Amino acid sequence: MSQSRLHVPHPPARPGETPDFSYLKISPAGSVARPDTRAAALQIEALGTAMVRVLDEQGQAVGPWNPHLEAEELRVALRHMVLTRRFDERMQRMHRQGRISFYMQSTGEEAVAVAPAMALRPGDMFFPSYRTQGLFVVRGKSLVDLMCQCLSNTHDMCRGRQMPIMYHWAEGNIFSISGNLATQFPQAVGWAMAAAIKGEDHLAATWIGEGASAEADFHHALTFAAVYQAPVILNVVNNQWAISTFQGFAGGEQRTFAQRGPGYGIPGVRVDGNDFLAVYAVTRWAAERARSGGGPTLIEHVTYRAAAHSTSDDPSRYRPKEEWQFWPLGDPVARLKAHLIALGEWSEERHAALEKELEAHVAACWKEAVTYGTLTEGPRLDPLSMFKDVFQEMPVHLQRQREELRRLLHEPDASGPRSDAAEG
Amino acid sequence: MAQMNMVQAINSALDVMLGRDPRVVVFGEDVGYFGGVFRCTDGLQRKYGEHRVLDTPIAEGGIIAAAIGMGVNGLRPVAEIQFADYIYPAFDQIVSELARLRYRTAGDLSAPVTIRTPCGGGIRGGQTHSQSPEGIFTHVCGLKIVMPSNPHDAKGLLISSIESEDPVLFFEPKRIYNGPFDGDPHKPAVPWSSHPKGEVPDGHYAIALGKAEIVRPGTAATLITYGTMVHVAEAAVRLSGVDAEIIDVRTMVPLDVDMLCTSVCKTGRCVIVHEATRFSGFGAELSATVQEECFWHLEAPIARVTGWDTPYPHAFEWDYFPGPARIAAALRAVMERAA
Repeated sequence: MSQSRLHVPHPPARPGETPDFSYLKISPAGSVARPDTRAAALQIEALGTAMVRVLDEQGQAVGPWNPHLEAEELRVALRHMVLTRRFDERMQRMHRQGRISFYMQSTGEEAVAVAPAMALRPGDMFFPSYRTQGLFVVRGKSLVDLMCQCLSNTHDMCRGRQMPIMYHWAEGNIFSISGNLATQFPQAVGWAMAAAIKGEDHLAATWIGEGASAEADFHHALTFAAVYQAPVILNVVNNQWAISTFQGFAGGEQRTFAQRGPGYGIPGVRVDGNDFLAVYAVTRWAAERARSGGGPTLIEHVTYRAAAHSTSDDPSRYRPKEEWQFWPLGDPVARLKAHLIALGEWSEERHAALEKELEAHVAACWKEAVTYGTLTEGPRLDPLSMFKDVFQEMPVHLQRQREELRRLLHEPDASGPRSDAAEG
Repeated sequence: MAQMNMVQAINSALDVMLGRDPRVVVFGEDVGYFGGVFRCTDGLQRKYGEHRVLDTPIAEGGIIAAAIGMGVNGLRPVAEIQFADYIYPAFDQIVSELARLRYRTAGDLSAPVTIRTPCGGGIRGGQTHSQSPEGIFTHVCGLKIVMPSNPHDAKGLLISSIESEDPVLFFEPKRIYNGPFDGDPHKPAVPWSSHPKGEVPDGHYAIALGKAEIVRPGTAATLITYGTMVHVAEAAVRLSGVDAEIIDVRTMVPLDVDMLCTSVCKTGRCVIVHEATRFSGFGAELSATVQEECFWHLEAPIARVTGWDTPYPHAFEWDYFPGPARIAAALRAVMERAA
């Protein structure tokens, strides 16, 4: 007799067990063909199950996806990734010291932000997720500005209205990060549709975690992108963990996340997300396709969330502590560094000097940022500013509420509207 | 000037704005080739092309998300949600994203999106084609909420909505698309051509958001309402014989508190009427505001006449609908109460 069955996915290892990534299908570097950017989505479905990789075990760039970047570009890439990591480490420490209320590190997945940001053009619009601070680093947003946002101080771009890491940068063409997951995915498609309506050459790129790809917004994004053939790059960052639930809870046990693309008629490309060169090359491929009218591409970046989900999370409660050491795709910083050394374009000494330089830079940025205030000391934002920007022009009811707060702040004995009655 | 029903007036507003401003794009389910299930976008795709007037997939969350992205990229999107009852899949994009984008970025990013959506009952639509969810959205900070009661206002308010830099939810009471409705379903339908507000200028004109209108001056009581209920209220005033001042709110956010409260302070009595359910409905906000501003002038407790606190029932539409008899009874009741 047959019987229905409820399958509740289990990760390969929990705390105390031996990490096991045997479920991960990895293609040898250089083994995946690079199709023409005009190829039909269904003809290149294999890209969704294979894994585009360029850097081999010896640190050599091999195969048809090698983007053949100049050594100087590679050094810039390494610098961006190291800077992102140093920035993360400093902010994590500042949280531990109670200087900021919250933080999210991108440790181990720096390449999935840094490589696309370098592969795309300044006029392209980014719709980031919360672990893609590398986008801001590449585009040149001052670390002081990012730190001031985390500090909610007088130089905070968000004027104290958002918890840390919810950055934006309108002039740098980076959209605002939302705490409501996946919302940016279909918004990026709308931005790309507008670019096409206006006849412009810009494209949109957006990032989402594999966990959040379970949201309806993911489906909306893929449907709209496919229907209108919008010039958009849809990046799924599969870092294996969505807080405590492994990628199986987003459907990753059944098919890869890249394979969802062809179901909508969108090419799906699975890439080694810790291989800077592979991510760069796949992004370039998708950008060329989008800019020539070929529409959207879904890219699954296979990576690993080496740090905790956030400062509020303790991953040792749900996964083996040493799991990252077993991660078969390594560390994106170490791999690019090894490649540059193999090319004879880098050395341990230069790397140590770079680390030292960037550490000092981050420290100097922090020193400057705190002069604009912290949550507990120094200059503070005016609380009356909280009523601004709800609407472009402040309506009467908000003007009245602002006046009520103003009275409370300046006449601590007064208690809002009742004081009027007492005076009257 | 031309005679227009509300559908034609809305179509005319979209036509005017598509013609004046190349950034305006209009889209939604069945909006393009077909011209909308209520015909509000009829002929616009033929006139402006399918890059300006588009059909969309059946995905309200996707429609609003796309509108936000387009708005950030310099367009002025006018999205249609086919029925207000279908707006809930877009709730997160409206509430968490559209309404708060300007705020969360301290003014650096915003999306001037207008969402048009037919609402309200009286069309045998049952619980999935009759809802009046405006109160849910008036509770959200950062949205302007509009509901016109006639063709003239519909066009002028829609043009203001599209020109607004803030996101606007524009509710269209579908029972009065084709003519004013006094609450009696057994009477023959009356066309807008018989109503002074069916006279609509052909070109561009704007009615400022945030301004209510006195529909009927009166001295004995103030009746505050909006949408379809403006016409039902007029019938109720005739039925009751009470010389009530009827105020059409027109814009719920921002609210014209001054006009409402000036009237109540003058009459000393207040009845609030809406089709939406009562508990935590927009009438509760109106009632609280009137009480705070007019307490010493009130001669009687404020009365609310609303839909019952049940889902909208298909077979009992006219028992549910707050018709002229219930409103007239409330008017008489506030007149009988002495202070």
